Amino acid sequence: MAEHVHNHDSHASDGKIAHAHDPRYGLNLMIWLILISLTVITVAVAGIDLGEYTLFVALLIAAIKSSFVINYFMHIKFDDLLFKIFLIFVILVLLVVFVLTGFDVFYR
Amino acid sequence: MSNNSTHVASATHSDGHVHVHRDDYGAKLGMWLFLFTELLLFGGLFILYMAFRVEYIQQFQMAAKELKVYMGGINTIILLTSSLTMVLSIVALQRRNVKGSIFWLVTTITFALGFMVVKYFEWSDKFAHGIYPKGPALMEKSQGEIVFFGLYYTMTGLHGLHVMIGVGLLTAMLIQLKRKKVHPDRFVPLENAGLYWHLVDLIWIFLFPLFYLLH
Amino acid sequence: MADHTAVAGNGNYVDFYNYKGKYSGIFSWILSVDHKRIGLLYLFSMITFFLVGMTLGFFMRLELWSTGRDIMGPQTYNALFTLHGIIMIFLVIIPGIPAGFGNFFLPIQIGAEDVSFPKLNLTSWYLYTIGGLMAVVSLFIGGGPIDTGWTFYAPYSIRTGTEVILPLFAAFILGFSSILTGLNFVTTVHRLRAPGMSFFKMPLFVWSLYSTAWIQVIGTPVIGITIILVILERAFGIGVFDPALGGDPILFQHLFWIYSHPAVYIMILPAMGVVSEIIPTFCRKTIFGYGAIAMSSIAIAFVGTLVWGHHMFTSGMSDESRWIYSFLTFIVALPSGVKIFNWVATMHKASIKPETPFLYVMAFIFLFSIGGLTGLVLGALATDVHLHDTYFVVAHFHYVMFGGTIFIFFAGLHYWFPKMFGRMYNSKIANTALVLMVVGFNMLYFTFFILGYMGMPRRYYDYLPEFQGLHQFATVGSWVMITGILIMFANLFIALKKGKKAGANPWGGMTLEWTVPSPPPLLNFDKIPTVKYGPYEYEHYEEVVKGE
Repeated sequence: MAEHVHNHDSHASDGKIAHAHDPRYGLNLMIWLILISLTVITVAVAGIDLGEYTLFVALLIAAIKSSFVINYFMHIKFDDLLFKIFLIFVILVLLVVFVLTGFDVFYR
Repeated sequence: MSNNSTHVASATHSDGHVHVHRDDYGAKLGMWLFLFTELLLFGGLFILYMAFRVEYIQQFQMAAKELKVYMGGINTIILLTSSLTMVLSIVALQRRNVKGSIFWLVTTITFALGFMVVKYFEWSDKFAHGIYPKGPALMEKSQGEIVFFGLYYTMTGLHGLHVMIGVGLLTAMLIQLKRKKVHPDRFVPLENAGLYWHLVDLIWIFLFPLFYLLH
Repeated sequence: MADHTAVAGNGNYVDFYNYKGKYSGIFSWILSVDHKRIGLLYLFSMITFFLVGMTLGFFMRLELWSTGRDIMGPQTYNALFTLHGIIMIFLVIIPGIPAGFGNFFLPIQIGAEDVSFPKLNLTSWYLYTIGGLMAVVSLFIGGGPIDTGWTFYAPYSIRTGTEVILPLFAAFILGFSSILTGLNFVTTVHRLRAPGMSFFKMPLFVWSLYSTAWIQVIGTPVIGITIILVILERAFGIGVFDPALGGDPILFQHLFWIYSHPAVYIMILPAMGVVSEIIPTFCRKTIFGYGAIAMSSIAIAFVGTLVWGHHMFTSGMSDESRWIYSFLTFIVALPSGVKIFNWVATMHKASIKPETPFLYVMAFIFLFSIGGLTGLVLGALATDVHLHDTYFVVAHFHYVMFGGTIFIFFAGLHYWFPKMFGRMYNSKIANTALVLMVVGFNMLYFTFFILGYMGMPRRYYDYLPEFQGLHQFATVGSWVMITGILIMFANLFIALKKGKKAGANPWGGMTLEWTVPSPPPLLNFDKIPTVKYGPYEYEHYEEVVKGE
């Protein structure tokens, strides 16, 4: 289970037929452990009163967990740059929409 | 002058279907675009959550006390683990271990169903206590608490619906694996189903602290 | 080497209508994954729905002929304007140019055989048809036809006894159809461009479809969730929009307009793309400022996602947000201005052939400019307070959506008719129809600006006597306009059967669709072309169109 598997192929660059690059079990297990730890931390932190910062910390940890899921489990770290650009763009649009709505909701 | 009909005939299968060229990169791109739509769908709900939490912060905190943190926590662990087993299934297939891939896929589906079982117990407990939209106990509470539970049922309900859709998708992949339509040289459909499953996990990663860890 | 000027059906090639696939008869259409057939399926469905929506408008104008009741009661009138809006917006204008001409021509213009996901494409059309049928069925069940206006604002949409859940669910299905089309087009543009066609050699119609596709993917889900929430609110009383339960109707408006504003850019961007095709062709000159026009499509798509609050200036939003939205609204007008300036600059010193498509585009520039400028009047806070929910708004959006998108839909029909059907139509009749339409349109809708300025509220069944003269003038205008529209469609319909056969390139266009026969063969190209030049470089006309 731990040996490397390399797939060399001349079509690899055009993307029409996908080829896996060195898929591993171990790395994913480690990511899972990190995610479980972060979950435990989130629950622990919720018990501490940080006032206004509680929400911010909870969301920050959630964002960190998400980036592990997206980068490793969803593989975007190893995918073409286009996917990363698209994702960042969509997240940005979503954030801007949140902020604009906030300008109404927070100032009423 | 060339004869287009020759070209046309040679490009079609005998059953008359126009040959569709395989494009794994395009398939993955399409799947990510679909995931963006799901992000925006749930995004709208999170916008509502943000607005109402600002308006009703104390009542939200009161209402959140009715939720059982350990059940939300168990479900979080279940989904995170199911994400792992999903990836293991894909890795197994890429390493040409079809049996292993099927094993991990079945495990993922089992975890998903486990999530729904926990959710069933959570919701039926609330229903029994009259805490549901227009329910007798809920209507006695403040407006902020009513809205909290409106959002809770809507968001966890829509998420649960997506878990069920995910179960359907993963089961379809299981069938494709058994029929060898999805195999070590054609694993993008399984990857795409995995992407969907991870999205389901991602949404819960945010739902959990926002609803269960409010206090 | 294929004879690209081959007349359809002369035996040199098999056009896509005559291609004998697995299915025959009606099944060769409704089970086809060929983007050209799907595009035509959409076109015919949309034209049908347009005529239905137009008829509803005709009856609305009849009722408004005089004060008091003319031909219907107030409940019927409310249902009529609701249905008119739902049909025109969700079944005609939003799918409109992308689903019709986009489906037919996007693959050909980029040198591809089809879109990235042909089966998904057919699924989009199925969803469109199912959504349309659901909307029709909803008129006859429950509490009767929905009367909320197409904007179905809470709390009325929660309280009304008319049938709301089914038409809203129909809209949800239609949204899904739109999302799948958008997803398909983004992938297609990234993956299936012919060798040599970089992004900056793509036709401007393709740029506009690409920008639109992103809005479809990002914006539509938000109306999706809004619809789900209203349905849940009605069915279960979840409380998010219902003030009686602690909900906030202004949040409904936010979620609603976060999609519905970008939706108007879904409507206009492809139309502007068509204009960018027609003008260089009939000026026989490269477009002025290709890069600026391409980037302006992206800019409009992006900034247009941020201005939705300008529909809500009088709703009770915070002051801070109101001036932000007003400012952004003025910004979004700039890239549209870039397009208009560049189109006019293209025409400067050009050798113009005033054929029918070009004349329709001229009408568009006039009508859309009025619509766009009046949008600024509404975008300014102080003036909007007086004009919100009056006929001024109704005039504005008819000028941009109808005078804008629909007139270009008509222009596109006349531009691409020979390519799609291999036949020409009678241009004199087409041009006469255009004159009638423009005259009638302005009689009808310019009057609305005046009515609105005078204080006539929108969606009102009855009105004060001082408005009557103007209402009657507008109603007569609607008759003139409808006459023109009917003549236009009749002319095209007759041409389908009786029109003169058309060659591959009757207009002298340079984009790739003019290099294939009329109608095109199933896989569009003999051989996928290798692209050397940009789309409107007329100095290379011979080489590109006639072949090396």
